[in-house]
Amino acid sequence: MSKNSKLQLIVDGIVKNNPTFVLVLGMCPTLGTTTSAINGLGMGLATMIVLILSNITISAISKIIPDKVRIPCYIVVIASFVTIVQLLLQAYVPVLYDSLGIFLPLIVVNCVILGRAEAFANKNTVGDSALDGIGIGLGFTIALTCVGLVREILGSGSAFGWKFIAGDGMLAFVLAPGAFIVLAYLMVIFRKVTKQA
Amino acid sequence: MEIILIFVSAIFVNNVVLSQFLGVCPFLGVSKKVGTAMGMTAAVTFVIAIATLVTYLLQKFVLVPFNLEFLQTVSFILVIASLVQMVEIIIKKISPSLYQALGIFLPLITTNCVVLGVAIQVVSNEYDFGFADGARMLGLGESLLFAIATAIGYGLALILFAGIREQLELSNVPKAFKGVPIALLTAGIMALAFMGFSGMV
Repeated sequence: MSKNSKLQLIVDGIVKNNPTFVLVLGMCPTLGTTTSAINGLGMGLATMIVLILSNITISAISKIIPDKVRIPCYIVVIASFVTIVQLLLQAYVPVLYDSLGIFLPLIVVNCVILGRAEAFANKNTVGDSALDGIGIGLGFTIALTCVGLVREILGSGSAFGWKFIAGDGMLAFVLAPGAFIVLAYLMVIFRKVTKQA
Repeated sequence: MEIILIFVSAIFVNNVVLSQFLGVCPFLGVSKKVGTAMGMTAAVTFVIAIATLVTYLLQKFVLVPFNLEFLQTVSFILVIASLVQMVEIIIKKISPSLYQALGIFLPLITTNCVVLGVAIQVVSNEYDFGFADGARMLGLGESLLFAIATAIGYGLALILFAGIREQLELSNVPKAFKGVPIALLTAGIMALAFMGFSGMV
């Protein structure tokens, strides 16, 4: 592959195959952890690390795994990396560990990761799979940060923890309904901007 | 009293989809018809109950005594994946008609985060169920009850949502909103409605 198409792999992950806005995968963490921009960014990065590592591992061992038991094998690989990320976060960033809560172990069942393992990593080279992981991971991180930022601005009048409105914002946007509504409108805006609608 | 509390809190107040955001992917994916939503609910209830039972025993008698709690994520997902496979084989043998009805939903349940989510919630000491004596780990019976109540809450949200979406199919939606965005907006409004239950517990 030429250098240009390698770059294309990453750009595709962010725009054409954006996991949140286009593929609509991994909705649970997208909605559940984006109460603030920082939380969204943290969740996105944690998922990205697991995604890159699992993509590399799965593309490296895909020839050895029998076809019939491949899904359980992928899940074990992903679960191991999730455990590593979980332990590292618990040790070095306990604040983020607490705020992500149950969604951290649930990265295992994030369909973005299993989806990329099945759709990309098991048919492509290790290098390309790593790039795909970076692209899709960046797309996921950007999407989560955007949702988190909008919810934080509307819901608590701050951005990345920097408060610019005295008093509370519209609380509903930090709570459950706001997550659905903000994501819906961001998806529409994304479709309009990339001319997919 | 605590039993009622677990039930009401799991079904309405902390509804698994609309306030905890677990299982949103199948919630958006299979909720286009009421019939399929019901099939999915049945399958999830079945798997959640068995998976919770097994993972609870695993945590209590294997992981904790041997100090292996860090293996929780790996072992739980393995248990769930193999359980789903086993349940599939058993149902196929015992009741082919049920197997036909559940169809593709059965294998998909492995990646439904409700199952793993509930399994992790019942064995953690931190999850607050709203008991008078604060957060604590549930007993086996309570865990099962919580699992089933969560599944009922999931089914309730799924079936209500499917009913709305059947109507939505016939209405004139702006092009950019077609499909997932309008479904998300609908879910947002439903979540607002479910927020009204939050004063109950």
